[in-house]
Amino acid sequence: MVTDNSEVNVKKINHILAEYKGESNLLIQVLLEIQKELRWLPKEGLIRISQELNVPLRQVYHAVTFYKAFSLVPKGRYTVTVCVGTACHVRGSPRILDRVERTLGINPGETTADFKFSLETVSCLGCCAMGPVMVVGDVYHGKLSLDQVRRILDSYD
Amino acid sequence: MPKLKSTLELEELRKGIVSRRDPNRLCFTVCSGTACLAIGSQQTFAAFEIELEKQGLKDRVDLKATGCPGFCERGPIVVVYPQEICYLHVQPEDVAEIISQSIERQIVERLLYVDPVTGKAISRESDIPFYQYQKRLILGNNRLIDATKIEDYIAVGGYKALSKALFDMTPEQVMAEIDKANLRGRGGGGFPTARKWRSTRDAPGEPKYVIVNCDEGDPGAFMNRALMEGNPHSVLEGLTIGAYAIGSHEGFIYVRQEYPLAAENIAIAIKQAEDYGLLGKNILGSGFDFIVKIHKGAGAFVSGESSALMNAIEGKVGEPRPKYIHTSEKGIWDKPSCLNNVETWADVPFIINNGADWFTSIGTERNRGTKIFSLVGKVNNTGLVEVPLGTPLRDIIYRIGGGVSGNKKFKAVQTGGPSGGCIPEQYLDSPVDFDELTKLGAMMGSGGMIVTDEDTCMVDFAKYFVHFLSEESCGKCVPCREGINHMLDVLTRITEGKGQATDVQLLEDLARMLKEASLCALGQTAANPVLTTLRYFRHEYDAHIYEKRCPAGVCKALLAFYIEPDKCQACLICARNCPVDAINGGKNLIHVIDQSKCIKCGTCLEVCPPRFGAIKKISGEPVPALIPEQGRVIQRKG
Repeated sequence: MVTDNSEVNVKKINHILAEYKGESNLLIQVLLEIQKELRWLPKEGLIRISQELNVPLRQVYHAVTFYKAFSLVPKGRYTVTVCVGTACHVRGSPRILDRVERTLGINPGETTADFKFSLETVSCLGCCAMGPVMVVGDVYHGKLSLDQVRRILDSYD
Repeated sequence: MPKLKSTLELEELRKGIVSRRDPNRLCFTVCSGTACLAIGSQQTFAAFEIELEKQGLKDRVDLKATGCPGFCERGPIVVVYPQEICYLHVQPEDVAEIISQSIERQIVERLLYVDPVTGKAISRESDIPFYQYQKRLILGNNRLIDATKIEDYIAVGGYKALSKALFDMTPEQVMAEIDKANLRGRGGGGFPTARKWRSTRDAPGEPKYVIVNCDEGDPGAFMNRALMEGNPHSVLEGLTIGAYAIGSHEGFIYVRQEYPLAAENIAIAIKQAEDYGLLGKNILGSGFDFIVKIHKGAGAFVSGESSALMNAIEGKVGEPRPKYIHTSEKGIWDKPSCLNNVETWADVPFIINNGADWFTSIGTERNRGTKIFSLVGKVNNTGLVEVPLGTPLRDIIYRIGGGVSGNKKFKAVQTGGPSGGCIPEQYLDSPVDFDELTKLGAMMGSGGMIVTDEDTCMVDFAKYFVHFLSEESCGKCVPCREGINHMLDVLTRITEGKGQATDVQLLEDLARMLKEASLCALGQTAANPVLTTLRYFRHEYDAHIYEKRCPAGVCKALLAFYIEPDKCQACLICARNCPVDAINGGKNLIHVIDQSKCIKCGTCLEVCPPRFGAIKKISGEPVPALIPEQGRVIQRKG
């Protein structure tokens, strides 16, 4: 597990936790909020969550590793999400993913060395009419062809 | 705002809202569902705001951001009322023209739907074939209301069913009406809703909980999202009526985090309903109390299973537990808990308002009412389709869906999500309902419908679903965890050309084991995609195993790309686009692919100009020998 001692993050975590003290059944909701804020879950944060919600650390870790929404490592500035849902699959998303992996030089779940991009896959975003779809940050790029991939990724700095 | 304290006050409020609205007033609606937002409907909406301000029309016309009307293929969609003129693919630059023409009651012809058969433009939304052949009950109001305004829902008759249930019916009468309507669970199981409600009501233990399942994890399915985003009050109203019938005072709405807009809109809806006294203590002065909380999922397919979902609401990891005792008797914190799908709850107000007899007049004998399907994949009109249960597959795919896209040949339609099955051409006339599709080895499931064409390899397709399920299996029970992985290994080696003659038998054995020994439905149904493709597309498996050939040209290990020397015009386009520099060529020099470098990405095939068509995909046969070096020079005339 990667550690992170940055004061800003600790502050943010404490701020979120203040609302949920002792509410053990809201563990996943708390984790979601912290993940959204920091884009990852540092070790110190998990320990604090365990203490504040009164949930064993083992259970916190279980939840974090079970769900796809959580990350135990820091993420890049832009998350590139390639939809690999069924509709996108039949419209060629495996080749799009292949091209993104080659262009960025990383596999899904990884982050580029300069912390610019993280690559993720998702099993359906529900905009099947636009398939194959790739989301960079919060911008949707639909009806993708292979040669568009590099151009789109190059447009981010 | 004052809380409503009686049916009369609700009706007065409704009258007030309706009377303030002029049905003849010009109103522009812009679809603001996730799919349309993704292609820029927000900008279109903003352009309307700016333009109306500029033309000084803000007080004379209405502008509304509505929920998803379902025709996602042609979004962003703008409908102009009262004439109901439907404009497709509306960009911000089209907005000024739409406004000025609409004021004059004129139509902007170029943005209308054009019937691909007759070539005629169709102006009214309901005349477009995509809508014409549907029966839109539950989805129908999406296009009329702004989901963030409870007044819009009340104006179209919202919460009438709730007040009818609370004041004119006993809980038992509500239960009997749902029973008589023969409403079956829309999440896929098809279990009689009333029986579930009864069992929760009769189970010992207090409090009792009611739950909305909006964990819609099936890839390619988004009908629940469209309802939650576009008409959240209809779900809330159904849930409250159900709670009244069951005797529950606390409800949960479980929504997946991948649906942020749905979560946001339902939160707004809850707040507004509370403000009006339609939720909370003493609803409409009836003495009935009911509160609702939202719980977000965190990305796990298996958490949509009822016992897993209840674990998640308790704050535990969303893994299924053995159901020796039904969750309706022992669910959340071991209390009786009734879980229904979004669409099931949304059906309830319709049944209470119109009666069970009306509901049973729709659909077939054992399958009453309508069902929403998400029609996606290789089909012309991707989108949400609501039809009576029992409608033939062919009507959905061809009459409403406009057939297979890109002039390709239909191969199969995959229904029921990852644990569903693939249905081939010869069964397209089968009616779609809970029972008929199960007979074909598939299932209706929650309503995903993925159309595939000749370019889809059915072995690869089966592998796709098994891979998905292997990742989503929670790993708690051995048959599911190991069985699915073993199946994936076998399918992988078949697609890599390493399949053995015994593999098909092995897949069938694994399938039986999974079905009989898995803990929850994920494992029990995981073999469906394999079994149905084996049943209807055995020849494709055989081609992979015995001929080392992928008939659809998908499985990379069995493919090669080849440049036909007599067609190549030495234009260098493929060589420049090849990501691994596997193409050797030059000016006036016929290009050749270095097969040892080629990664079979297909880029060359995609970029080779169609007028040349020089790239050929081959499978199951050797790549022709390279032409001799001196034969590669192209002699051009002049």
